[in-house]
Amino acid sequence: MQTKYLIIGSSHAGLTAAEEIRVHDQDGALTMVSMEDCLPYSPTILPYIVEGKVDEKLIYLRDEKYFTDNKITFLKGKKVVTVDTKSSTVTLDDGTKIEYEKLMIGTGSAPTIPPVPGLKEAKYHVLRTMEDARKINQAAETAKHAVVMGTGLVGMHAAEGLGKKGLEVELIRGRRRAVLPNYFDGNAGKLIHQVFLDNGIKCNLDFQVKEVESVNGKSKVTLSHGEVVETDLLLVGTGVKSRMDFLGDASGVQVDQGILVDTMMRTSVENVWAAGDVAQAADFYGDERILTAILPDAYEQGKVAGLSMAGDETVIQAFEEIGGQASESYRGGISMNTFNFYGNRSFAVGLSLVSEEDGFEIDTMLFPTSCMYQKLVFDGDFLVGAIGINVTLDPGVITNMIRYKINLQGKKAEFARSPLDMSRRIMWESWRGAIKTAG
Amino acid sequence: MGNAYNTLAVYPEKCNGCGECEKACAKVKANSTDVVHSRIKVLKSLEDGFFGPVVCMQCGEPNCVKSCPAGALSKNPETGVVEWNEDKCVSCTICTLGCPYAGIYYNPLMSTVVKCDHCGGDPECVKVCEPKALEYRPEASVYNDQGDLEDLFAPGLAACLGCNMEILVRHVLRHVGPDTVLAAPPGCLPGVCAVGFNGFTGSKVPSFHPLLTNTASMLAGLRRYYKRKGRDVTALALAGDGGAADVGFQSLSGAAERGEEILFVCIDNEGYMNTGMQRSSTTPYGSWTSTTPVGPSLPGKANDSKYMPLVMLMHDVEYVGTAVTAYIDDFHRKVEKAYQASKRGFAYLHVFSPCTTGWRYPGDKTMEVQRQAVATNIFPLWEYEKATGKLAFTHPVDNPASLENYLSMLGKFRHLSKEQIEHLKNTAAMRVNILKAMSEQGLAGYQNLKVAV
Repeated sequence: MQTKYLIIGSSHAGLTAAEEIRVHDQDGALTMVSMEDCLPYSPTILPYIVEGKVDEKLIYLRDEKYFTDNKITFLKGKKVVTVDTKSSTVTLDDGTKIEYEKLMIGTGSAPTIPPVPGLKEAKYHVLRTMEDARKINQAAETAKHAVVMGTGLVGMHAAEGLGKKGLEVELIRGRRRAVLPNYFDGNAGKLIHQVFLDNGIKCNLDFQVKEVESVNGKSKVTLSHGEVVETDLLLVGTGVKSRMDFLGDASGVQVDQGILVDTMMRTSVENVWAAGDVAQAADFYGDERILTAILPDAYEQGKVAGLSMAGDETVIQAFEEIGGQASESYRGGISMNTFNFYGNRSFAVGLSLVSEEDGFEIDTMLFPTSCMYQKLVFDGDFLVGAIGINVTLDPGVITNMIRYKINLQGKKAEFARSPLDMSRRIMWESWRGAIKTAG
Repeated sequence: MGNAYNTLAVYPEKCNGCGECEKACAKVKANSTDVVHSRIKVLKSLEDGFFGPVVCMQCGEPNCVKSCPAGALSKNPETGVVEWNEDKCVSCTICTLGCPYAGIYYNPLMSTVVKCDHCGGDPECVKVCEPKALEYRPEASVYNDQGDLEDLFAPGLAACLGCNMEILVRHVLRHVGPDTVLAAPPGCLPGVCAVGFNGFTGSKVPSFHPLLTNTASMLAGLRRYYKRKGRDVTALALAGDGGAADVGFQSLSGAAERGEEILFVCIDNEGYMNTGMQRSSTTPYGSWTSTTPVGPSLPGKANDSKYMPLVMLMHDVEYVGTAVTAYIDDFHRKVEKAYQASKRGFAYLHVFSPCTTGWRYPGDKTMEVQRQAVATNIFPLWEYEKATGKLAFTHPVDNPASLENYLSMLGKFRHLSKEQIEHLKNTAAMRVNILKAMSEQGLAGYQNLKVAV
C-alpha cells in the first residue's frame, strides 16, 4: 500500500503528530501503525492498571471514530520489521509493504533487562505494554509475594500497586543506591523511601540482585549480601531503551542511544522523522542530544514533527534561516515528572538533582514528619530546578519560569518565601501578558 | 466554519481582591465554605495592590489534554470547555506539569485535580464579581449562528479607516438575508457600497437610492407591491440620522404611523458626516460641527439632540430598539426582533454609530467610544415591543461611568465648559429617568412622569 504520511507508533508522539498533520493537510493519506492490537493508549497509564485505579476499558486515548473522522488508516497489531529508506518502504511482520512519502518513528522505548546471571532464563515480568499489565494482574491474583527490581518510576509505582493488591512486596534497587534517582535528590528520596517502608514495602537500598533462578514456578532471587528471596512474581523495572531494532545500518538513519534528530525532529535521512521516547533530541541545557523519555516531551516533539512533515514551507524556511531556532521548533528537553504515592504528591522539574557544590544556590524547606519538602535551585537570578513534595505549587508555571529563563532580579529570597504567589504573579505579568498583547 | 466559544474574560485591572468569586466557586462546586475547593484563585499582593484572578483559560490547544495519559481531559468541541472526567482520571497530575497558567491544580482535600468548567455556561463567579473583573462573554453564539450565512456585501468597501458602518451593514444584511430590498438614501452608505459606483453595486440584494425625503414612502410602496404579488420580501432601510430624523422624517413618521411593514435602521452618527460634518437634529448639545462652530461667540451646538427612539416609540410601532455594534450579541438579538416585527408592522432600530473623521478620534477606538457611550448612559440600550407593551433595558447601567472621560475621547467635545458638561449630564439623566419610568410602569409611566413633573 501507499501513503503520504506514515507514523509508526500510536502513543503521545504519534497521535500529536497526526493531529498536527491534519491541521495543515486535511486530505493527505495518513497511516498509523501500532504493534499492539488495541486502540492507542499511553504506557504511563500501565502502573495504574496494575494498581487497579482505573478500568482498562476507559484509558484509550482515541476511538475508532476519531480515525474515520480524520481519515487516518490505523493498522493495529502490526510490527514493523524493516525500514528501507532508499525505496521509502516499510515492511510489517505480516509481509505488508507500505510505501511512504514521509515517515515518522514514534515507537517509544522497551524495557532493558540487566545482565544478572540467570535472569534471562527465569520467569519475570516487565511493564511496558498493555499485555504486560494484564500478565502481571493475572499473576498477582494467585501470587502472595512479589519482588520488584528497580527503584525508578515503574518499579516504585508497581510496588505500591502490588502492595495494595495484598501482596508482600520487596523492592530491590537497580544500579543506583536511591529511589527515583533520575528525578529526586537525597532528601526527597529519603522521604519517599520512608513512606514506602511505612506502608509495608520491604526496601533495603544497600543490596542488589546477584542471581536469579527458576524453581518450581517460583523465582529464587539471590541478593548481593547472600540473602535468598523466593517470590511468586518477579517484576523487572530497571530502565528503558529506545525501541529501534527495526532500523538496520542500511537504513542510514543515524542513531546513538536513540534516533538522532534535529530541532525539527528530522533524522539524518531525508523524509524520516522521529519523536518521543525513541528520539534523541536537543537538550535544554547543553549541546549534547539527550533522551528524555517523558510524556510532555513526547507530545511536544510530536507536534514539531507533524508540523515539519506537513511541510508548511514558510515555517521550514524560517527555521532554516534562523539556524534551527524557530519558535515552532523543539525547544530542548527539560527533565520533569510527577510522582504520586500513597496519597502524597511530588514533582521534580529541571536541574533538580544538583547541589551547592555544583555552583548553584539552593533553597530547601524540609519537614520530614509531615512529609513535606521543597527545593528551589537558582543559577544566579534564574530558577533552574525545583522539587516539591506535598507543597502547593503549580509545576507547569514553575516549568515555564525555567523554560523562559525569567530573571528574578534579586528577588530570590522573596521568591523562596512565597513561590506559589510569586510564580503566579510572574505568570500574569510575563507569558499571560505576552499572549494578551499578541492576541 | 469552526466553532467559536464563549469566554470567561478576566480583567485583572478591575479586580479588588475581594475573593467573592472563590467563595461562590467553592460553594457551587463542593458545597463548602473552604475556598481551597475554588477553581478560581485570586492572586493578592497587598504591597503594590496587584490582584489577579487565576483560572483555566480553556486553551485552544490545551497542554493538559495532550499530556493526560488516561484520556481523562478533553476539549469539548461544542462548548470549548476543557472537560475533566473523574472516572478516567488516575490523579497522576502530569496535567499540572503541562499547564503554564495554573488553570488545573491538585486539590488536596479531594485528592484529585480540579479545574474550571464554566458551570455549564453560567459561571457563578461572574455573578458575584462586584467590580466586574470577571465577565462571561457569550458573543461566540453570534459567530456560530452567523458564520455560515452569506455576506451580502462585496468585499473591500470604500469606508474610512475605522468606520463603524461596514461592520454594521454587513451584520444587518447577513442576518436579514437575501430576500430583501435595500433602500439607501443619501449618506455615506450609498457611496461606500450600497449603491456603488461605475455601474456596479456593492450589495448582493436589489438596492436603490431614494431621495433623502422619500425613503420610507418608497419602501412602503415596494413592500405593498411585493405582498400583492404574494412574495414576502423584507423592506429594509439603512438610513443616516439626516435621512431619518431631519429631511427624511416626514415620510418616516407617516410610514410608522400607518404601520407599514418596514425594517428601518437609522445609523446615527450625529450629523451629516458625508458632506462635511454639518449638524443634524441628533447632534448632541455643545458638539462642534462645521455649522455649529466653536469660537468666541458660539460654543458649539446650542440645542439638545432629538431623541429619535422615543419619538418613534410614540408612533405606536411594532418594535423600537437602540443598539451598538460593540455589543454584537445584543445587536443581533435586536435585528432579529426588528426583522420579525417588520413582518407585522413598522420596526425601528436606532444604532449609535461613531464617526472617526467627523467626531475626531483615532480609528481604532470606534468600539471603545460605543462602550463608553453605553456606560455613561449617553446612549442607553433598550427595546420596546408592542406585542408585550414592555420597554426593557438590555444593558442597564445603574452607576454611569464618568461622562468627562467619554467626552474627552472625542475631538468634537474637547472645548466643552463645565456648564455644558453639566447640561449633557442632565439631559442624559432625564432621558434615562423617562425610560426607567416607562420600563417600570409601561407606557403610562411617561404620562405619570409628566404628571409628577
